Formats: sequence, structure tokens, C-alpha cells
Amino acid sequence: MSLVDQSRVLNFTFDGKNYQGFHGDTLASALLRNKVSLVGRSFKYHRPRGIMGAGSEEPNGLVEIHKGKVCEPNRRATTVKLFDGLEAKSQNRFPSLKYDLLSVNDLFSPFFAAGFYYKTFMWPRSFWEKVYEPAIRRAAGLGRLSHAADPDQYDKGFLFCDLLVIGAGPAGLWAALNAGRAGKQVILADEDFHMGGRILSDNPEIAALSGHEWVAQILAELSALANVRLMPRTTIYGVFDHGIYGALETKTDEIGGANTRQVLWKINAERSILAAGATERPIAFANNDRPGVMLASAVRTYANRFGVTCGSNIAVFTNNNSGLETNAAHIIDTRQAHYVSDTMGRHRIKALRLVSGEKIRTDCLAVSGGWNPNLHLTCHKRGRPVWDDALACFKPDPKNLPEGMSVIGAANGSFSTIGAFRDAQNVLMDDQIKCEKPPNVDHIDYEVSAFWHVKSKKRAWVDFQNDVTAKDIELAHQEGFSSVEHVKRYTTLGMATDQGRTSNVVGLAVLAEATGQSIPQTGTTIFRPPYTPIPLGALAGRHKGQDFKPVRQTPSHDFAQEQGATFVESGYWKRAQWIARKGEKGWRDSVDREVLMTRNSVGVCDVSTLGKIDVQGRDAGKFLNKVYVNTFSTLKVGRCRYGLMLREDGMAMDDGTCARFSDTHFVMTTTTANAGRVFRHLEFCRQCLWPEMDVHLISTTEQWAQYAVAGPNSRKLLEKIVDPAFDISNENFPYMGCQELTICGGVRARLFRLSFSGELAYEIAVPTRYGDSLIRTLMKAGEEFEVVLYGLEALGVMRIEKGHPAGNELNGQTTAANLGLSGFVSKKKDCIGKVLSQREGLAAQDGLALVGFIPAHSGGKITNGAHFVEKGAKAIPENDLGYMTSVAWSPMLNSYIGIGFLKDGKNRLGQIIEAKDYVRNNHLEVEVVSPHFFDPEGGRLRG
Amino acid sequence: MKINHPLLGPRDASEFVYLGDANLINRPNAKSETAAQEFYDYQYLRTNNPGEHKELWFHEQGDRSWLVVTRNTLTHEIKNVELARNIARARS
Repeated sequence: MSLVDQSRVLNFTFDGKNYQGFHGDTLASALLRNKVSLVGRSFKYHRPRGIMGAGSEEPNGLVEIHKGKVCEPNRRATTVKLFDGLEAKSQNRFPSLKYDLLSVNDLFSPFFAAGFYYKTFMWPRSFWEKVYEPAIRRAAGLGRLSHAADPDQYDKGFLFCDLLVIGAGPAGLWAALNAGRAGKQVILADEDFHMGGRILSDNPEIAALSGHEWVAQILAELSALANVRLMPRTTIYGVFDHGIYGALETKTDEIGGANTRQVLWKINAERSILAAGATERPIAFANNDRPGVMLASAVRTYANRFGVTCGSNIAVFTNNNSGLETNAAHIIDTRQAHYVSDTMGRHRIKALRLVSGEKIRTDCLAVSGGWNPNLHLTCHKRGRPVWDDALACFKPDPKNLPEGMSVIGAANGSFSTIGAFRDAQNVLMDDQIKCEKPPNVDHIDYEVSAFWHVKSKKRAWVDFQNDVTAKDIELAHQEGFSSVEHVKRYTTLGMATDQGRTSNVVGLAVLAEATGQSIPQTGTTIFRPPYTPIPLGALAGRHKGQDFKPVRQTPSHDFAQEQGATFVESGYWKRAQWIARKGEKGWRDSVDREVLMTRNSVGVCDVSTLGKIDVQGRDAGKFLNKVYVNTFSTLKVGRCRYGLMLREDGMAMDDGTCARFSDTHFVMTTTTANAGRVFRHLEFCRQCLWPEMDVHLISTTEQWAQYAVAGPNSRKLLEKIVDPAFDISNENFPYMGCQELTICGGVRARLFRLSFSGELAYEIAVPTRYGDSLIRTLMKAGEEFEVVLYGLEALGVMRIEKGHPAGNELNGQTTAANLGLSGFVSKKKDCIGKVLSQREGLAAQDGLALVGFIPAHSGGKITNGAHFVEKGAKAIPENDLGYMTSVAWSPMLNSYIGIGFLKDGKNRLGQIIEAKDYVRNNHLEVEVVSPHFFDPEGGRLRG
Repeated sequence: MKINHPLLGPRDASEFVYLGDANLINRPNAKSETAAQEFYDYQYLRTNNPGEHKELWFHEQGDRSWLVVTRNTLTHEIKNVELARNIARARS
């Protein structure tokens, strides 16, 4: 009795031809059911290939899954669960699977041995990039990407458990069942869509039931336990620090279905039991890659689980007794000195020849070269497997496992069903978990006699996916590559998408034969995550398209959008860059208008993105003295001050203003970009450096909507909305004042008389929920003044006109002295960065200084990033005098203007130098001027 | 990785931001005669011994505590997690 439901027929296509399979089939079992034996072409020689295995180890049966324009390449047919409407195509063939032009490579195979590319495409050197590489790239690679967007949805999640059981074969089922009965929180994960492992494939009698019936009974009990989570189709792909396991759960193979396709889980487990089973390995012999040559275990899986016979005249070639369980007409057992020397047949095996010369007709050759425990996850924390001579395989080193992990069953080298049950019982008993006596099952001991390779002059495949033969490995050895790591890289053994699941140990054995050493002397294989490939879509999860990163919108976002604003990303924020009006031909038109309207009357700009940090406590002033270069403890209540912060290495970190609302309450602003970083730094200072201070911090960036209101009419505009009880006249609310007041009939607000534009200007803040309402109120109230909404570009133009440093100048390489702010550094107190800022090289008198630049000849265009040299000097590093940081078109000066850092700049005012911009190829003479281009006396902002 | 926060229990490492050697807590005295050398050492010199390492982590996606984590850089085993504030207070 098989485990497919013959009453549920599923239609699918392969290479455009219609077929039918059943519910419970994999694509591989459905193809074999339809007698499709040729499923692909090999990587290098384009040899015909058929299905070899029945699980995730499959090296041959790689197909593309299609839906419309979307295509997913390199899917193993053995792990694709069949669904109705599935469209699959074979890979690596042209024009068709049966008649593939590049199979000519096979005839030239003597030339394509290991190292072929290294030896052949050497000369002439000029051909490397232009001729050889494009030609090789066209021929190489498995599968093709469709370049269409992935239509599917992927999710991520976290899970927690007492015990994670990895693998649901006899060992895993028995461990999960008993731990579940004992009340443990258990997760049982298995990569297959049907749990049961080899029991499904071999269907042994267990507790007087068929294997299939026994599995069904156990799964029914597990499903009924509320503390057990069954996760079929879930691959534990990696073991990480502190009991964290990466898992990929596949919900469906259908592309573009309605539901989430895959979920990437991070599982936190107190304990784990690895019961991942074992993988059968092939034997290397001549032409062992023909369709119809399969792993013996896979032949039994197709027969018992899927009800598919892989041939009508099956032969078995084995070096162990598990191979003998396969229902076959011919047995070739190496332990009786019988060996297969070659196979015949073009698109499918037709016959085989023994070393004795005898020819046997067969349509399916089931090969068993013994079993390798699936110990991959035990290596993810640098554990190295140990060789077991009796079992002829590597086993996990029990002394070197990831913390909290035990290994049981075939993964631990216990290759019998009873051994699997007993391992589970022992591990649970060690954990003081009651475990029932294992069920009755026939006891068969695994017997193997190491045998790897039937020597031949013909090619015998070791790595089927990367087309590496025993001869390639021997050749690599002859050419001096005797370390297994070198052989892997030279031949590409084990480096395909299957990561050498079937080939690594055989390859090692062939190398050991060549070197005359034992296998453990020759080397070992170590495995890194992931156990099986993880689609990039699953790693990205929901972080794609507009959800790639979070979007932060300012309080005036909706209003700005209604006004036709163009937005620019500033970190996660979207800020209005300019707001175009009808008839404006380009962004410059809009920006020039916004600047002129603001400077002539009044403009409003959303500055809510600036970081705001509330600093409170008896020692708040003292604390600010430590983090700013200038003094804040002396700042009067109701006043603001500009502050500069250094890093401890003496470089400028950030600047902003800080307002004092009471003896114990300051409100600090930071630049938009550094808001998070400054807050983290202040917490470090508070907790780690001055824990004795009474000071508390909280970020209020998102709690306040804040608008700059700038221009000669800004006070008149604000007087219309500030409640009459509050006086904001120049006499009572001078430049750098701050106060808490109410507006619009009782709405709480903070008003700061600050100016970034150089105009009479204010910043007004209200709780964020009033932000939208306030921008509309301001714009309505300002109609009589022709108020303008201005964006980030106009803000930038106005600050360059005033020579204020911003992000371009605070670039992590500049000091207070460079910025012209050394006068701000208090001589009376220590602060972060002060000591190291006094180092000779940073404090040099003739160092870089921030100055302004205008074109020496009218009509010139200044560009930022340009480097300065003396007139006529060559543009070489030795002559470098500094660089331009910010430029703008100034509508007030009717010229391009720029600010930047120039060596000894303060003493060069009036000089003509050259600005060289090799990125844009824009070179011109510029005049060095004061960076305060507009209203240098500051009369406007005090008015 | 998981960090066993002294106040909040085990938390995923992705909630934290790493800074570096915990010696950054011991900021030199600016009034010292050898302040320039002491600050240079403090800012730039690390021993970087393999094995147990005391380091600063910030619970940015959490309660904003700065923590001193004793982690073995060879095995990632975390031996001890303390509030940096408590260590800084004990020092002064």
C-alpha cells in the first residue's frame, strides 16, 4: 500500500507535455510513474541524467518551475510536492532535452578534465575579459533566472520550545512522542511533507502494524498533543549561537498562490535532538550516471511510499546489507567480489557489464555504497566529525556538539530501526524524561564492507551535479593538489547546489586511494549553513518594494502632497524637497521662488525630523556642559543656545540648539541624520561616564510637530495664531528666546526664536496630533503675506547663503577649528572630545578652515566635491588645498556660491584659486570669500 | 545570539547595538598631567585578547540600558551580563 491518494489526480506538465500524478506524489515520483527517465542534462558534459535519489540529496533531477513569466530554477524534483497545474521544465539543454547541442562537450571530455579552464584560457592575456570569460559564462551555470519579479509573499517568525526534534523518522518520532507525553514544549521539524522518514520508504513491521500504519498512529497522537508543534516541510538549515536554530518552512511550491509561500523561522530551543537520518551514497564505476542508475534506497522509496516501480528488471549493486532489501532480479554484492564495470544505453540504462565480463540486461540499477549520517548541523559550531571504520562513515563527535544538542538514530550511525528507538530512549532518560519501552521491530544489524570505486579507464562519476569524475580527482592529485580542500577547489567536487551530499565521502575515498592514505588521514568534510539552499525571497521576507525599509512621514506630509511637493528620502524620513507651482519649468524655478518669497515676506518649512531630546534633572545643565563644547549650565531659563558636540577623538559629531525651559529642563535638537546616534551617545555618557548625575533623557522627536516660520513677516504671521496672553514682541521675545505658550485658543505649544535662514525666524512646536492642523492654519493665516511652503532645497540654499555648517560639513573628518567654531570651545571645563581635539595635527593654525567661494568669472558653475589647488598648479594630492562641501545657486546674489574647507582659509580671503572637479570635469577659478554671503551682520534675524 | 539582560531576561541580540571594549567606561581625568597620553590610550588602544572579553552593548530596541557583557570571543559563550551603570557607580 502506497501513501499516494489515487482518487485525487493532479495534472502537470514537463517540458510542455501533459502528465498525471496523484496527491502525495513528488514531481520526481510522478515523472517516474509516467516512465519519464530522462529529466535533465549534466552541468559540464551535458550528459543525459535521470532521477537518482528521493530526497533533498538529489544531484541530478534539477528542474525549473514555471508560472507565466516567473520561473524558479534548480528545484530538486524530489522535494517538489506535486500540485495541480504544475509546469516544470528541464534545464541545461538546447534545443531540447533529447537532442542537446552542447552534448558535443561529452565527446571532447578528454579536454574538459579538472583544471581545463586554468590550463587552456591562459594566452593571450588580452582575451581573458573580452573573449574567454563571456564565452565561458554563456556555457556555464545551471538554470536561468527569469528576471521577472517574485510574485510571492514570504514571512518571518520566532518560535520557542523546550525541545526541538530535527527529523521525523523512527528516532525523531519516538523522541518527540515521549517528550510530548511528558509535557515538554516540543517542536518536531522534518524537511519532507510526510513525516516518517525511512519508515515510509521501507515500511517495516512495527508493533505488529505496517510501518505506514504505525507512523499514522504516532502522528495522530502527536497532533492531539497541544504542547507539540508538528512542522512538516520545515528544514532546519543552520545552528547558531545560544540555542538558536534557523528553519525554513515551505507552505506551498505553487508560484504566485494566494498564501504565504515560505516562512523563515528563528527557533529558540533549550535542547535539541538531531535525528536527521542518513543519506545513501553511490559507488563510482564507469558510466554510473546513466538515467536508471539510482540509489537503492530511492528505488525502495518509490516502490513502498509512492507505489512506483523504477524498472521491470532491477539489478542491485551494493557493498552492504541494506541494499539487499531492494526487490531486484539481480544482486551484485562487492562483499562476494562481484563488481559492475560499465553500463550501456543512451537515454537510459539498458544493460550492465560485470568485471568478470558478464553482461546483464537491466532497466534500473540500484546502487548502495553505504550510508552517511546527516551530521551537517553538528558541524555548524565548528564540530568536526570522526571516522568510524566499522560503519565506513563519518559520525558526529559526541564531545564536540553544539550546546544542548544530542544526536540519535541514523544521524548518529545507528542504522537500524531498533537502534533509532533505543537512541531516543537513552537521550530522553538522560534528561530525566520518562520514555516508554520501544515497540517491537525486526532487528537487522547494518553490515558494510568499505568499497568506493571500480577502477576503469572510462569515466566514473563521483559528483554528479558538478560533473566531477574519479579521474578528475586522481588528476588533481597527480598535479600536486593533495589536500582535500585544494582538490575541492580545483575539481569543484562538492561545490554544487547539493554541497556534495552524495559525493563528498566518495571523493575523499578516491583521493585516499590515490594518496595511499586512510580516509581520516586524508581529511574530513565540514559543513556550513545552510543545509539546503534558502531562496533569497525567504531571507528578504516582507522587506521588499515599499516595505524594504520603514517610511517615516512628517506631520505636514499630507498637506505637502496636496500642494504638489516632491519628496526626498532623508534616512527613513520623506521630506518635501520643493513644492512646484504651475508654470515652473524645473526644480530650480521652484527653489528660487521659495527662497525669494521667504526672504521677502514669510515661508514655512517642516523641521519635525530634527532629533529632539528632552533632558531633565537637577544636573541637566552640568551634564550638557560635558557633552557640548560650550557651556549650558549658565544658560538662562527662556533662552536657547547653539551647541556643538564632539566625538571623544575630537572630531565634530553633531550640532543643534538647546533650549532651557526651567532650571531642570532642557530641550535639545540634533540633526535629522544623527538623532539616533546622539541619543545613544548621551545615554552612554549618562550611564557609563557620569552615573552619579541626576539627569534623565527621552527622545521626543516623534511627539512634536515643529515648523520653521522664517522671513520679515514671520512675527506678524505668528501673532495671528499665538493666544493674546503671550507677548512675542522683539523686546520681550528677542533672538534666541524660547517660551511655552498656547496658540489658536488653548493648544499647548513651544516657540523658539531660532533662525537657520538668517531671517527673522521662529520654530513653533505643537504635539504631533496638531501638526496637520497647524500647517493648514499657518498657511491660511499667512495668505495676506503671501506665505510660502518651502522645502529642503530652499532650506539648504538659505543656510549656504548664511554659511551655516550642516551634514556635508559635519562629515566626521572636521574639528571645531575647521568649522570656525573654536571660539565656542569653553576653556573652563572638560567635555567629550576636548583633550584629543587639542592634538597638534587637529589644532594647527594653518589647518582647513570653512570659507566661502564664488566663481572668479561670472557665469561659472561651482560643483561640490571639487578639490582646491593654487592657480596653475597640477591637480595632484601634494598640491591639494581642501575641498568644496556645499554649493547652491543663490537667487539673492544671482550667482553660484559654495562653502568648503581650505587650508589656511581665513588668511586667503580675496585670493583666486582653482576648483578641480574630475568627477564632472568641471574646473574653474574661484574667489575665496567669507562664508557669510548674505546679511553678514545678522541685522535681519535680530529685527 | 541571546543576551541575558539583568532586568529583562534573555533577549535576541538583534535588539542590541554593539559598541566595543568595556574599558570605555573608564574615561581618564582631563585634569591629569598626562591627560593627552591617557586619552590617546583610552580612545585607540585595545588588547584584543582572544577569549573572555568584556564589552558594551546598548539595548536600543529595548529599555536603553547600556550593558557590560562578558563574552568569549572564541566560542561566543556569554558568562555574565551586568548593567554598565552599576559598574560605573562601583568604580567612582
